[in-house]
Amino acid sequence: MKQLNIFIAFFRSSMLGYGGGPSTIPLVHKEVVERFKWMNDEEFGDVLAIGNTLPGPINTKMAGYIGFKVGGKIGMINAIVATILPTIILMVVLLTTLVTFKDLKWVQGMTKAIVPVVGVMLGVLTWQFIEASVKGLKWPFTIGHILVGIVLMQYFHIHPGFIIGGLLLFAVVKPTKSVEGKKSKGLSA
Amino acid sequence: MVYWNIFWAFFVTNILGYGGGPATIPLIQKEVVTRGWLTHQEFNEALAMGNSLPGPIATKMAGYIGFHEGGILGSILAVFATVAPSLILMLTLMGILYKYRHSIQVKRMTLYVKPTIAVLLGVMAYNSFHDSYSQIGIGQFLFLGVISYILMEKVKLHPAFIVMGALLYGGLNL
Repeated sequence: MKQLNIFIAFFRSSMLGYGGGPSTIPLVHKEVVERFKWMNDEEFGDVLAIGNTLPGPINTKMAGYIGFKVGGKIGMINAIVATILPTIILMVVLLTTLVTFKDLKWVQGMTKAIVPVVGVMLGVLTWQFIEASVKGLKWPFTIGHILVGIVLMQYFHIHPGFIIGGLLLFAVVKPTKSVEGKKSKGLSA
Repeated sequence: MVYWNIFWAFFVTNILGYGGGPATIPLIQKEVVTRGWLTHQEFNEALAMGNSLPGPIATKMAGYIGFHEGGILGSILAVFATVAPSLILMLTLMGILYKYRHSIQVKRMTLYVKPTIAVLLGVMAYNSFHDSYSQIGIGQFLFLGVISYILMEKVKLHPAFIVMGALLYGGLNL
């Protein structure tokens, strides 16, 4: 029964949420805290904060940890499978079908019409990241940071991995109270 | 060798991707397109499909791309490389992480990479617009772009309907 509940909780929150993992978190909260009462608000908040200290998708970290806490190793695998497997299967089936018929004229029309829609989705996502940066870093800093990023990645073709690695390192070693440290940021990127 | 490459590609992108799945999309694109696994166009199609389906995006992309390159085993490996490393860290380091969950350094880590992710996503958006403009011309491009923006952001229509509508329009008109 417990394993079934774990499956239901994570299947439902994943199938009802769109826009990637982070936007599904409130639905996970609803299942875990309100419906099944596996955790209270504070515990859930702590797990979320801890999940955010690590890289990678947030949803599977939450599912894995909560599943483990509630139902051991089986619970962990159960929660992750419920979160990701149904949509992966749908994805593979739908795209493989599309690719099979890609030489048909009307399928080509379909794939052409998708490109501007993807552009808009990415544009919206870009704006969300800019807004989130401005909230923490303010406008001048965000813009400066973005310009340096464009120059380094688009003109000098530096792999984003090095830039992100540098920024992460800087976030850790920068003295907590210093304002001076901010100036060296563009350089460290 | 292909299996190792699949594992490595998704391991690296997810270790660098702070801020959840969406932050890893441009990194996945870079790996996948540079390695020649998918073209820009194919990646865009996968992303459109991924965005119109519910659930986390990083695992959908990993599952599909892994399958495309290495069948079911490839798919499992790609998803494992996406999910396992950070989950294992979380389970084993819970005690230490708990102590630092409100630390300024940790908050800064997610914050500082955000503008860089915005640049990567912005470049992807620009490339999509540029591709589309040269494929279907300015008129159709603006029409589809503006309509889908309004439906997505103003009407707040579920993206699945927008993608379906675009597919229908493209199948009949383009």
